[in-house]
Amino acid sequence: MAVMSYLEAIRETLRQELRRDSRIIIYGEDVGVRGGVFRVTEGLQKEFGEDRVMDSPLAEAAIIGTAIGAAVNGLRPIPEIQFADFIFPAINQIVQEAARIRYRSNGDFGVPLVIRAPFGGGVHGALYHSQSVEVFFAHVPGLKVVIPGTPYDAKGLLAAAVEDEDPVLYFEHKAAYRSLKGEVPEERYLIPIGKADLKRSGKDISIITYGLMVNYALKAAEALEKEGISAEILDLRSIRPLDVQMILETAKKTGKVLIVHEDNLTGGIGGEISALIAEHALFDLDAPIRRLAGPDVPAMPYSPPLEHAFMITSDKITEAARDLAKF
Amino acid sequence: MAQRELLSGQPVDWQKLKTMYYYMVLSRKLDERMWILNRQGKAAFVISCQGQEGAQVGVALAMDPSVDWITPYYRDLGVVLAFGMTAREVMLGFLAKRDDPSSGGRQMPSHYGLRAKHILTGSSPVTTQVTHAAGLALAMKVRKVPGITASFLGEGSTSQGEFHEALNFASVHKLPLIVVVENNGYAISVPQAHQMSVINVADRASGYGIPGVVVQGSDPLAVYEATVAARERALRGEGPTLIEAKTHRYTPHSSDDDDRSYRPEGELLREKADDPVVMFRNWLTTYQKWDDQQETALLKRVREVVDDATDYAEKAPYPDPSTLLDHVYYSPQV
Repeated sequence: MAVMSYLEAIRETLRQELRRDSRIIIYGEDVGVRGGVFRVTEGLQKEFGEDRVMDSPLAEAAIIGTAIGAAVNGLRPIPEIQFADFIFPAINQIVQEAARIRYRSNGDFGVPLVIRAPFGGGVHGALYHSQSVEVFFAHVPGLKVVIPGTPYDAKGLLAAAVEDEDPVLYFEHKAAYRSLKGEVPEERYLIPIGKADLKRSGKDISIITYGLMVNYALKAAEALEKEGISAEILDLRSIRPLDVQMILETAKKTGKVLIVHEDNLTGGIGGEISALIAEHALFDLDAPIRRLAGPDVPAMPYSPPLEHAFMITSDKITEAARDLAKF
Repeated sequence: MAQRELLSGQPVDWQKLKTMYYYMVLSRKLDERMWILNRQGKAAFVISCQGQEGAQVGVALAMDPSVDWITPYYRDLGVVLAFGMTAREVMLGFLAKRDDPSSGGRQMPSHYGLRAKHILTGSSPVTTQVTHAAGLALAMKVRKVPGITASFLGEGSTSQGEFHEALNFASVHKLPLIVVVENNGYAISVPQAHQMSVINVADRASGYGIPGVVVQGSDPLAVYEATVAARERALRGEGPTLIEAKTHRYTPHSSDDDDRSYRPEGELLREKADDPVVMFRNWLTTYQKWDDQQETALLKRVREVVDDATDYAEKAPYPDPSTLLDHVYYSPQV
């Protein structure tokens, strides 16, 4: 089995999907000749031609608006938003159009669409190249929000998103692109959207997280193990839909829950997960639910000490988990 | 419409022109019935096509619904009727009934949509449908299937960024698209002069390197001819055309508006002198293709269609509350 980076896994999945289904088209800013600013689509235009992998004008609302029209008319578009921070001009199209078209047409129309966007910080991207925007979309019925945490999951979740009949936002953590590597099978496989994955089994505390933070949590778990604390790690893989069953199972199993996300604390998906556990598993808990999240500042600053202070790290997770275990 | 001559050298399909007139009258009468039902307390909301029928029917009848698509906006009763939606289907939506093909009673009236008839569902935030239309046209180009897409909007909607984004995208990629601006002079209460600093929306076409055409909405034949030319251009792979039809709005913005607070006195009366339905009837009469007898027969036929649609929709059931949660996501079951 080939070892691939997170980025390579996404690119090879796009290639495999483009080969498999002639209805798939990819477009966005710089995705053609340049292969994307992160090179995710490198070589794809050469292989599949300008009709299927094309540069679009620099206008996010048009990218998503046209993708909706194309999806309705028989294509399976995978538009790229260059940075998740730039998705907001298209939010009306995503929230009011893509998400509502099936519902408002009483099932007559559907929008099979995958919107890819790099997100997250720790790459010196400052306020407008670092944001975690997933929760804006997780609030919206009609959308699905997928955030892979490993190269293996990146492939299976992307293929599942392409197969999905509804609009899926597929967020890729920029810091994961080249830092995460792992085995990725060559053959096509689907990871059902909405199924969480137990990345590590443990008995003392549960760490519920997603995306790059899964990797950081796994590192934290190794450190905790040395201290005699056994941490279980649940990778959500999608934050809409949430895998409620697995969330409750791990909460009931360990009785201590730490939720970790890079997204801001207030209104982050951690609040929703906490509410679910409080509603359905309160009396199985041995400690208050704890959230470790990005601070409530508008976005991530540029200067290295400020950026570092914002970011969630393995050390911060270890510390929070240790505190919780002691409770 | 002025007493124009027929286009030189082109054969005139008089039957098509009569069909055009039929749909204009049907749109007007169905629209009038909606206001009556609203004032009777049977429907919460009306938004009208009155004054824009010539532009709407003129475009729609120049298209081929078997291959073309439309993305209408909420005034486009005349467009959707001429494109194949029936009066019954319209009335089911107007009265929010279960079998409303546009939305099953989920949307406000006049938010038309029907896949089988190539009418894309629309929303209330304006101008989003123009980028959708460019996307429908993109799919036609990529899939190499025949057809074009026409998108409809008011002049106020051209202030939105997506008007520019869609025309720019479509012209860069030479998409088979026609953008039809039905300029009725008002966006709710805001007159055109407060909406833009140009007289003709169509002048903006030069910014995209595409043709911009101005036609009088009370001259449906001119609208038709402009659409035919734009459609042929689109089918040749030469890209989009911007058509601006000068129209009028004979009603307040909606049943919840009162236009007496912002329309200058006498303006409406002056505009009624250019009523597309009256002007087109006079034109047909001038060419001795229409007379009082035909008019009486047509009005009787239209009355029957409107009555039938009203009765049918009034008797139709409402949606079952248990269906509230259906169609959020794809499901093979529902």
